[in-house]
Amino acid sequence: MIFINLLAHIGRLFLGFLAASGRLAIFGGRSVSHVFRPPFFPLITLQQMISIGYFSLPVVGLTTLFTGMALALQIFEGTARFNAEGAVAQVVAIGMARELAPVLGGLMVAGRVGAAMAAEIGTMRVTEQIDALTTLSTNPFKYLIAPRLIAGTLMVPFLVLVGDVIGIFGGFVISVNLLHFNAASYVKNTVDFLENIDIISGLVKAGAFGFIVTLMGCYHGFQSRGGAEGVGAATTNAVVTASILILTANLILTRLFFSN
Amino acid sequence: MPDQSKISLRGVHKSFGPKHVLNGIDLEIGQGESVVIIGGSGTGKSVTLKCVLGLLNPDSGSIRIDGEEVVGARASDRDRLLHKFGMLFQSAALFDSMRVWQNVAFGLIQGKGMARDQAKQIALQKLAQVGLAEEVAELQPAELSGGMQKRVGLARAIATDPEIIFFDEPTTGLDPIMADVINDLIVSSVKDLGATTLSITHDIASARKIADRIAMIHEGRIIWEGPVSQLDDSGNPFVDQFINGRAEGPIQMQVLRP
Repeated sequence: MIFINLLAHIGRLFLGFLAASGRLAIFGGRSVSHVFRPPFFPLITLQQMISIGYFSLPVVGLTTLFTGMALALQIFEGTARFNAEGAVAQVVAIGMARELAPVLGGLMVAGRVGAAMAAEIGTMRVTEQIDALTTLSTNPFKYLIAPRLIAGTLMVPFLVLVGDVIGIFGGFVISVNLLHFNAASYVKNTVDFLENIDIISGLVKAGAFGFIVTLMGCYHGFQSRGGAEGVGAATTNAVVTASILILTANLILTRLFFSN
Repeated sequence: MPDQSKISLRGVHKSFGPKHVLNGIDLEIGQGESVVIIGGSGTGKSVTLKCVLGLLNPDSGSIRIDGEEVVGARASDRDRLLHKFGMLFQSAALFDSMRVWQNVAFGLIQGKGMARDQAKQIALQKLAQVGLAEEVAELQPAELSGGMQKRVGLARAIATDPEIIFFDEPTTGLDPIMADVINDLIVSSVKDLGATTLSITHDIASARKIADRIAMIHEGRIIWEGPVSQLDDSGNPFVDQFINGRAEGPIQMQVLRP
């Protein structure tokens, strides 16, 4: 009997997961279709780009700066065990561009932007502002969601590009000042070693992460029910699901880019 | 009643999971008529409105607006029909990121593509119509009292001169005097526009004032409807209990008695 109950429980969880995935897929498909169909809202898209891109610069900048610094220290310490300290510049550059700037940048944006989006749209949902949009002949998918998806997908790569530069600079500062590397040769090593694919793969990842963060923020906000508690739950869910999806997508994209 | 109904609901059913909210709503609303649906909380009043607006999809039945079927209509047809509507929400549902005048002008600018300056002039005019001064237009909705928010909501609902206006509990949460002010404004603004209106409320005083005809909803069905003059001698025990606000009667509230 206990065994049957356990099976039933697992089955229910699995069905619930499938239903949620289906709802998300329908929502995502509908949202994306509205990105490409008029009317468009360029002014709102621009506002969102500023709010996502420009106002996330400090968070992403600080994150990548400290990560780049710590990375330089770690790699120096680690590679010293087999006398390869010279590789610090190369490892910091490749580590930041390919992996750390996109992933950490994406996660920070999930915390900052995804949560704010879920809270804003969730509040609009529970105070009937989204229904009011519809009665005023304005499709909420076009007016609220499409501008955010566009802004997120375009601006997170921009943030990550800035993060790449700041992170590598952080590694440079530590290496030159603390580990007594030669500044000129550190820069030369970095520039010579980095390939286009390192930067581009990171930026493609960033675009995907930006899409994930904004989609999760909009989806959970849109689905929220029942006042303050519902909005709180939507905010949490937006950040948690976005973070997990970012880490999953990161693995898949890394595998796709560098499988050969 | 005129030959063709402005809004016609036939056998509308709607369930949320195992909970049957609407069990076959039948209601005809004529051109220029003001119908008020009364009924207790959770009897399906709001769901009925949302089905007509297309915010919810009924499980079965037919809803026609000017003879045009809404249930299962294409999104583009539905968008076109929405241009005929204005709605005052229970909580006013003002956009809190915008100024008052931008709220009122929203349907004109986004829905109808009007220029901002022109839309602002109309917004100021509509605000004056609901008794709000020009200074209010530049405030944020959060700076307004509940009664003022309702009046801005009303101005927004009538801004596009809609043919049909819905009022969702227009007087809930207001003091009796402000409630009467809103009732008067509803009556006068509707008369100016010649609009057809459908309101839902459990405020009987409000219903008497704004309705031509009253329909009572109970357990997802219209159990009585008639002109407002017949409300007091409807001969329907449900209506009698409701308009007199008695706890004893055929309507049983889900309350555990000590």
